[in-house]
Amino acid sequence: MTIQPSELRYCPTHEWAHAIQDGGKNIAVIGISAFAVEQLTDLVFMALPKVGSSVQAGQEFGEVESVKAVSPLYSPVSGQVVAVNESLPNQLEILSRDPYNEGWMIQVEMSDLSELDGLLTFESYSKQCAESH
Amino acid sequence: MAEANLATTPLFGWHQAHGARFAEFAGYSMPIQYSTIVAEHEATRNNAAVFDISHMGRFRLEGPQAEALLDHTLTRRVAGMELGQIRYSLICNEDGNILDDVLLYSLETPSSHPYFLLVVNAGNRSKIWNWLERQLSEFPQVQMTDTTEQTAMIAVQGPQAMSVCKPLFPEHVQNLGYYRGRVTEQMHKPCIVSRTGYTGEDGLELIIRKEDAERVWENLMLSGRKVGIMPAGLGARDTLRLEAAMPLYGHEIDENTNPMQAGLSFAVQFKDRDFIGKAALLRAKDDSQAPVRVGLMLDGKRAARQEARIFDMDSRCVGVVTSGSFSPTLQQPIAMAYIAPNLNTPGTVVDVDIRGSRTSGRVVPLPFYSRPTSSPA
Repeated sequence: MTIQPSELRYCPTHEWAHAIQDGGKNIAVIGISAFAVEQLTDLVFMALPKVGSSVQAGQEFGEVESVKAVSPLYSPVSGQVVAVNESLPNQLEILSRDPYNEGWMIQVEMSDLSELDGLLTFESYSKQCAESH
Repeated sequence: MAEANLATTPLFGWHQAHGARFAEFAGYSMPIQYSTIVAEHEATRNNAAVFDISHMGRFRLEGPQAEALLDHTLTRRVAGMELGQIRYSLICNEDGNILDDVLLYSLETPSSHPYFLLVVNAGNRSKIWNWLERQLSEFPQVQMTDTTEQTAMIAVQGPQAMSVCKPLFPEHVQNLGYYRGRVTEQMHKPCIVSRTGYTGEDGLELIIRKEDAERVWENLMLSGRKVGIMPAGLGARDTLRLEAAMPLYGHEIDENTNPMQAGLSFAVQFKDRDFIGKAALLRAKDDSQAPVRVGLMLDGKRAARQEARIFDMDSRCVGVVTSGSFSPTLQQPIAMAYIAPNLNTPGTVVDVDIRGSRTSGRVVPLPFYSRPTSSPA
């Protein structure tokens, strides 16, 4: 099943969250948008958290570095990291190709489902991107 | 988009129409990149690229005492410069610390009127203008003109740069020696052309009237099409100059640094002359304690950026990074730094604090990159 960007919720800082049910658990799959990847360019390094660590909504969970600068990655939700895309940091080109599926970063078991309601819809996120251009 | 309070160069419209991303630099809205920094960097190393460097300050000095004023102000000898010669120099204060690094051109107009052209960093333009004005009380017979806003400046850099430029000039610009320049014409319009640059590659820098800027730029793009010329922004200019170990004002050099510790003593000439900062620089020459500029190569992929601290094997802080990036040519993180003088030997192992985690690296000789063979002049 391919995730479409229109199904996702977004942070103003360009991370996306995709809420799924997995064995009765509420999981958010997290990554960054195609717009963010396009803006970053020249990626050379990515740091992601370990499985079992906790993340807080609005707080850094990792970083991505380009030739020019370092950009923090902010978590859209709070909870515990239950899966990490370990192959992504060694194949950053995946992000340019498929930021919404193969380019997922972490999966978080959410501690507060209501945090999803505070995130941007695809429409409002797209509007923000268009205005910043 | 240009911020309302920022200056723009005569090429701003072209950059905007060609997808450039802009950022503020020294009060200007400047193109950082058009495609990707790495693509523009590689085009410069392998083929050719054009850079809009119109933000650089350009001062014309002429009159009976122009040479004497400049000789008194620059750390490098100006007296006796030949027409057509260009010199890299520093301007220091009385303490021997660096106010700016500059290029001084000795030129003459088509009607054989000699003058000097001083190219200064954009961020130091008003500071250096004021500094020169202060010298007028001692050297009153000098006329100074700030030509920055009437002109544009374009760099064409890369192994193919000379072949790209050749068809645009009535004369043989490829015969121009390194660090030589002259007043000429480009398509019947006035142009100052020089064999200079800030990338570590061969190439030219052109100074033209602002109304000619877009046409000259388009001509270069057209002439360079067959060699894959690209427009390049300040992002690639920074990674290129870093690989070539060229200092950048505000990073490797500033008002807390002197030329000796910066490894720029070649640009300070003491013999048979007096200049601002001479006494302090004579002392700095014998100072064995001051931190010195070195190159570092780091393990892993993360770059150490400006202000990252450097530690020795006993975990003592021994230096600080002034510029750092992932090197597109070497595919490794590189940095320039100031380090305690006893640790400047290539091969010395150090740790660098990159945002809270220690990364190991070693001191390496500068530059990180020099072009394989110089192109035939």
